[in-house]
Amino acid sequence: MEPLNALVAFSNFVVIPATAYGAQLALGALGVTLIYGILRFSNFAHGDTMAFGAMGTILATWALQAAGVSLGPLPTALLALPVGIAACAVLLLLTDKLVYKFYRARKVSPVLLVIVSMGVMFVYNGLVRFVIGVDDQNFDDGARYLIGAIQFRQMTGLDEGLAIRTSQAITVVTAVVTVAILFWFLNHTRTGKSMRAFSDNEDLALLSGISPDRVVRVTWLIVAALATIAGVLYGLDKSFKPFTYFQLLLPVFAAAIVGGLGSPIGAIAGGFVIAFSEVTLTYAFKKVANYLLPESLEIDGLAQLLATDYKFAVSFAILVIVLLFRPTGLFRGKSA
Amino acid sequence: MKKLLLATAATLAAVGTASAQDSDPIKIGVVLGFTGPIESLTPGMAASAELAMTEINEAGGLLDGRMLEPVQADSTCIDSAAATAAAERLVTSEGVAGIMGADCSGVTGAVLANVAVPNGVAMISPSATSPALSNAEDDGLFFRTAPSDARQGEVIANIVREKGVEEVAVTYTNNDYGKGLSDSFISNFEDQGGSVTLSAPHEDGKADYSAEIGSLASAGGEALVVLGYADQGGKGVIQSALDTGAFDTFVMGDGMFAQSLLEDLGQYMEGSYGAVPWSEGEGAEAFAEVASAADIDPEGTFTRESYDAAALLALAMQAAGSTTASEYAPSVMDVANEPGEKILPGELGKGISILQDGGEIDYVGATGVELVGPGEAAGTYREYEIQDGDYSTVQFR
Repeated sequence: MEPLNALVAFSNFVVIPATAYGAQLALGALGVTLIYGILRFSNFAHGDTMAFGAMGTILATWALQAAGVSLGPLPTALLALPVGIAACAVLLLLTDKLVYKFYRARKVSPVLLVIVSMGVMFVYNGLVRFVIGVDDQNFDDGARYLIGAIQFRQMTGLDEGLAIRTSQAITVVTAVVTVAILFWFLNHTRTGKSMRAFSDNEDLALLSGISPDRVVRVTWLIVAALATIAGVLYGLDKSFKPFTYFQLLLPVFAAAIVGGLGSPIGAIAGGFVIAFSEVTLTYAFKKVANYLLPESLEIDGLAQLLATDYKFAVSFAILVIVLLFRPTGLFRGKSA
Repeated sequence: MKKLLLATAATLAAVGTASAQDSDPIKIGVVLGFTGPIESLTPGMAASAELAMTEINEAGGLLDGRMLEPVQADSTCIDSAAATAAAERLVTSEGVAGIMGADCSGVTGAVLANVAVPNGVAMISPSATSPALSNAEDDGLFFRTAPSDARQGEVIANIVREKGVEEVAVTYTNNDYGKGLSDSFISNFEDQGGSVTLSAPHEDGKADYSAEIGSLASAGGEALVVLGYADQGGKGVIQSALDTGAFDTFVMGDGMFAQSLLEDLGQYMEGSYGAVPWSEGEGAEAFAEVASAADIDPEGTFTRESYDAAALLALAMQAAGSTTASEYAPSVMDVANEPGEKILPGELGKGISILQDGGEIDYVGATGVELVGPGEAAGTYREYEIQDGDYSTVQFR
């Protein structure tokens, strides 16, 4: 039983939370990486785009709840997701038309676009607060747990509990489905292929008759879908608060850069690398170790590599190391 | 001729200003975090402070009929530079006679050191509770109507020990407030024979707290002591602990006392407990009456303390017969403590007239103000337990 207890404790406190967090980061990083690959700038407004999409979904969820619609054990928000995506898409296309297009036509340097995206970030920031306010919004209904910790203990007779929340399971499943669709789209459809061509070599793509406007439009649509899904999953798993979405920007960018900007596979890998390193390196292995070690060797200390205060230092240390030794990221994206 | 005219004009102007000074309103700065982490609390606090001033104005003002005029400034709660700039503006361009504020401990320390002490302006904070402020270099200009967290840490440690709990894990919000409170709790708890398995800070407004909870769970303990904010990281930590089944009993500091926390998580937190500064008795009742009449929620966090802070400033000025901080600051302790006639909320006009006639008062106020040591409230705490998803009072200490 002892090794089993160790395994359960480790899964409960490290593997499961990190996997869910990693999936959320990966979806966010995918959006960042797509914009970087195709529109060629780092979009700082991405965190607040996620907040806006999540906000649209929340408002639609409330409308559905008021109308008495529910998905049973699943959160109603999943049903409201298309509305949120549509709202987000309208916002992004409008922003592109009003702001980014102007700068794209002048072929300004990417640095300038980054600054412009910061301006857009503040506008979105205000917009979201203006509509839904600064407070916490809880919109998760349906069953909270797939397996609760106490229930698991009773079921298995182990000392350690294992909890899997519905939102965590949904997060991972949705992330896998979304990523599968995205890769299929990029690799097997005409539009997807033209997007990749545009990303690889803009001039060649233009020469072979790919319409840049169409590519840009489709990109924003996909980004709207990814950002909204990431934002909603995150909100379901934790809670919706505009300020935390703004803070989410840093780990999302770290994930995209570690994976290699412009590389979709890299974004996913990066998300999981950041999430697992934050949780694993600061985990106190005392409990797990004491389950595994014979009694005579039991440890009193926490067996913690780094105090949790350093968890942000961990992801940024990885970021710095990757940039120093492999500036294109783990999956050879564009140089950051 | 020209010179004569100029001189006349100048004299007139000078006379004009001089006489204006005596009947001009006395400006009181209200420095609170109208934006930032406690933006949901500050409107009620400001309204309570201004309620005290309105009450005095309606009773005829102080120092021979001068009116009080509140001037608001944003402390942001977290940005010391912004708070300092805002307070500086109040002192230099608005010419405030005293400051009711600031709110959060960090910015209060900054405003005190950078603005109040250099310019000789008195401050009464309704909500800064960091123990570090007790020893701050203040030239006798700083007071607070909220008790120091050194006392709160002791109260929480007593509660936990009396429940027979031996081992706890502690997590605190990573700022002056959280650090001060957790230090005080841990030293008191260990003095009483308890042991702390791990004390881990958490950052507010972050995305994910699984790392913190993983470590705290591994360190173990019978309960998790959460010294943070209910609408910030504190809630995230509790949620994460509940989700993973790491802890089921939580001990909470005053920042965690919020109805919103119960609405979201109350049903899972049965049996958790904590302490929050509280006031009961005739002062609190009188305040409830006055505040309700003015459409202010008398149960709001720090509203009572805010009312008292503003009232004390005004009463001290009347007692000293001056709006200069160096002259009226020593009177703050006199009007707040015995001896003298007891003054409740709603009786500020009476207090002023007693002082005018040379009498003495003991301002009781909404919180039963009793200033001790370096001018801080002694404080009463309500020990509560979460039962049936609601706060229920165990006792007052």
